Amino acid sequence: MKIVVLVKQVPDTFGERKLDTTTGLLDRDASEPIIDEINERALEAALQQKDADKSVEVVALSMGPSSATDALRKALAMGADRAIHVLDDSLAGADVARTTAVIGAAVASEGFDLVVAGNESTDGRGGVLASSLAETLGVAALTSIGELTVDGTSVSGVRATEYGTVTARADLPAVVSATERAPEGRFPNFKGIMTAKKKPLATVTLAELGVGDSGARSTVVSVAERPARTAGVKIVDDGTAATQLAEFLASNRLI
Amino acid sequence: MPNILVFVETSASGELRSNPAGALSAAAAIGTPVAVVTVSPGSGAAVADTLGKLGAAHVFIAESASAATLLATPQAAALAAAAAEYDASAVLIEGTTDGRDIAGRLVARLGAALLADAVALKRDGDRLVATHSVFGGAYTVESTVEDGPVVVTVRPGAFEATSATATPAIKTVALDADGSASAVIDSVVEEKAVSSRPELREAKTVVSGGRGLGAADKFVLVEQLADALGAAVGASRAAVDAGWIPSNHQVGQTGTTVSPDLYIALGISGAIQHRAGMQTAKTIVAINKDADAPIFDVADFGIVGDVFSVVPQLIDAVASKN
Repeated sequence: MKIVVLVKQVPDTFGERKLDTTTGLLDRDASEPIIDEINERALEAALQQKDADKSVEVVALSMGPSSATDALRKALAMGADRAIHVLDDSLAGADVARTTAVIGAAVASEGFDLVVAGNESTDGRGGVLASSLAETLGVAALTSIGELTVDGTSVSGVRATEYGTVTARADLPAVVSATERAPEGRFPNFKGIMTAKKKPLATVTLAELGVGDSGARSTVVSVAERPARTAGVKIVDDGTAATQLAEFLASNRLI
Repeated sequence: MPNILVFVETSASGELRSNPAGALSAAAAIGTPVAVVTVSPGSGAAVADTLGKLGAAHVFIAESASAATLLATPQAAALAAAAAEYDASAVLIEGTTDGRDIAGRLVARLGAALLADAVALKRDGDRLVATHSVFGGAYTVESTVEDGPVVVTVRPGAFEATSATATPAIKTVALDADGSASAVIDSVVEEKAVSSRPELREAKTVVSGGRGLGAADKFVLVEQLADALGAAVGASRAAVDAGWIPSNHQVGQTGTTVSPDLYIALGISGAIQHRAGMQTAKTIVAINKDADAPIFDVADFGIVGDVFSVVPQLIDAVASKN
């Protein structure tokens, strides 16, 4: 079985994340780029399949600038067998539709039984890629799953929605997405880090994938930085703080 | 006026899952709102009348035996059919877990572009311009699609209901959904709203608790203040991870993003990921015993003190003012 895990490099949510206010694109110098935590969980789900059955092959795939290699190396250190980096200057600022088309072409050319993605990235937060990719590939999508169960022919799991919980399954090949309820990604051990350097990391371009540039595109019109919030009143409770707060709320018509 | 489709989520038994009035009003501001529902055969008539009351000029009812058994594919097929039927220029879908799946499929199916997580929409000539609140509200970004069909996921709770009641034109079609490339739903457990408290993302006031509450049985303090203020209950990731409250109460980068008039943080340090989910609140109040907690950097009114002594006094003070 071949499992392709989608990896996205994102700005660390522990740091200050910035947009370039001229282009609307991410200011990649402003914060440390890391592998998105949700992708580590997606990879963990795949690696657990590999733990149970050594014949499972796990391929990490990322579309991104040259720095995305670091995210793929991390995936290899965690235990992925190979990595594929879709790298093309023309992909800077690619929208969801284009990203889906490109990843779809890369996944289709690689071949797969299962694609595992995160349910939403911490930077874009669109949360549509997995289902859009499934539509592009003509397969089932089983999204927002906490814990995956995979047998030879199907995948199943429980998805939590705003309205309850849904138990669902899909025949392979399929695309699934993992949520924060999925197990945390394992830490790479020393052996993993050393062997990651020797594992294959292929770079492919759009020309090699044969992806054209068609379809509607969303573009940024304007970007405005919100003025930073400033701290207001801060008091140390001397027994009257609650009363003062109640008066503050009342005077601002909040209670 | 171009036709704007609004997807309306329904339960397996055909009831509306949330109030679509906000999304219908957003559509009415940029065109003619067409509500689209996908239901099991025979259960569509009941919702059509309600959708008219909420402002839908047209209601497109796609009836499919697999409406409640296939994941997202019947809904995407219904929207694709409705887009052709009404020559729609845009499709609005509430950005819920199910809604985003439907949007993803529809984008690929229509060759459309996606405007994700819109908090406002306007028409600029022929273009539709969406406003997005990015990185927890640190940036406001406007985006558009120059040419071609547009699918918009709208942030739940972001749009006010402003539409007048309409008497909708109703069209019912039988939808033959192909299930060969779809996940199959085995069972659904609908969570009934067990509390009388407002829904987190729509509440005018949110009271959230964090690590400082210290234990599951102490988290009730958060609920008591919430009830005194008629507020929704939120939580930091620490409180959710500790199992004190279900994860659907989590506010932050990986939980719900809220923008209430008043946000009260109890025993929450204010990690950057938490602030990303609440810093667009109009007024922020923080109570924390750690004077250096970063939550105070964004608080309009901060109290350095013990939540277990301040909050009960606050509840009494609120009661005496009401």
